[in-house]
Amino acid sequence: MTSVLYDVPGPRARRRERLGSVIGFLVLLAALGGAVWYAARNGVFGVDRWDVLFDPPKNQTAADVWRFMLVDGLGATLRAAVVAAPMALVLGLVLAVWRTARQRWVRLPAIVVIELFRGLPVLLMMFFGLLGFGWQAFTAVVFGLTVYNMAIIAEILRSGLASLPKGQAEAGYAIGLTRAQTLFTILLPQAVRTMLPSLIAQLVVLLKDSSLGFIVGYAELLKSMQNNAQYFGNQYYVALFVAGAGTYLVVNLTLSWAARWIQRRTTRTAGVAPVADEIAVQSAAGIR
Amino acid sequence: MHVIGENLPAYLEGFSVTLRLTLLSAGLALVAGLVLAALRVSPFRPLRAFAAFYVELLRNTPLTLVFFAMVFVAPRFGIVTPLGFWTAVICLSVYTAAFVCEAVRSGINSVGVGQSEAARAIGLTFGQTLGEVVLPQAVRSVVPPLINVFIALAKNTSVAAGFAVVELMGVGRRLGTANAAEGLWVLVGIALFYLAITIPAGLIAGAVERKVAFSR
Repeated sequence: MTSVLYDVPGPRARRRERLGSVIGFLVLLAALGGAVWYAARNGVFGVDRWDVLFDPPKNQTAADVWRFMLVDGLGATLRAAVVAAPMALVLGLVLAVWRTARQRWVRLPAIVVIELFRGLPVLLMMFFGLLGFGWQAFTAVVFGLTVYNMAIIAEILRSGLASLPKGQAEAGYAIGLTRAQTLFTILLPQAVRTMLPSLIAQLVVLLKDSSLGFIVGYAELLKSMQNNAQYFGNQYYVALFVAGAGTYLVVNLTLSWAARWIQRRTTRTAGVAPVADEIAVQSAAGIR
Repeated sequence: MHVIGENLPAYLEGFSVTLRLTLLSAGLALVAGLVLAALRVSPFRPLRAFAAFYVELLRNTPLTLVFFAMVFVAPRFGIVTPLGFWTAVICLSVYTAAFVCEAVRSGINSVGVGQSEAARAIGLTFGQTLGEVVLPQAVRSVVPPLINVFIALAKNTSVAAGFAVVELMGVGRRLGTANAAEGLWVLVGIALFYLAITIPAGLIAGAVERKVAFSR
């Protein structure tokens, strides 16, 4: 589509593009150079700002600093996500199935729960655990992540079910399967498969949201960055931030790329590709 | 229960801060996101690459990390941001712009290829094709996902509570700590105010979506 918006570049346009690339690159380089110069003038690149990562002061070893960030910090982040993700998936599935009930009054509670938790910030749910129920920070974080994401996952599965052709359910009934059998053996497997990229994208969101633990006092990666900076001194914020943000990006980008790889695989083998692709993009855009 | 009634002025104050945060950031993010989307489909490769890089980076960064960078790390570079409200607006717009860009781009992709082929065939330039043929048609499929992005933004403003902005969530935290015995009711009140924003917006998104589905 995007390539239709303009002509395929000819020799002249290509020359112009190359020239523009060089100029753009130079401008970018100049801007970057200016920023580096400005930062250097503020002493950002001095060894005394970075030695916390390889030779920290206060009689600590570099291993201590990294263990605190990667084992304790990242470990806490992953633990919250790993506990919350399966619960959110299971509860989301339960809600999605409940929502397909035939009687209106039976499926009403499921709709209310989904709409309620979809409309509230994750952070508020965490504070409900922390201040409302008086739980510990870890429990509060897991609670917030679980209830919010189960509602979103239920919604994703619902739109997956809705995207299936009607004939699938009709064929199931025609060969004498019950409603439950049709749902579990015919519809849901297809819906999960079409929505797999969205589901994985939602798991990335869940992992990202675990950083809200920083605000409710859960000692995850971001908090361990701050604790390190406060212990060793504020001048180390830049170095510690680069290390911590880099860790986040590596973990999240890996998951995102996994989602895209799975999407490519499913679009190659399943015939329902274009619809699924569009829905996946749209629900990924409503992230969080 | 009456803790909500007693502190109604505080609630309303927080609600108005949340509302202003949402509207200002939504406006800025919409402009920035449209520009990014235009770059993302532009004929000029470096611009495409830049927009793609920006979107990929921000979509994989937690919003808390963006706030963290602005509040704790930027001052180390000698960039002292005005604390509080405007820092929050900047962070929220920078973050949301990436999602607006994605929503608009998928809308552009949903317009039939024949439309832009026809526009190109009668000699319209890239700008004319995009501005007068493709975008006007993309609008109706862009609006529902865009509303969803802005609903997410309204909820995301709560993150600012962790960085010295007293909006709805910040009020909830203060009242909840002060009236520990009635913490649950305090937060129920906060939840009601958030729902007052997100549920009507969600209904509008649903209605628009149904309308679009019919006209196709």
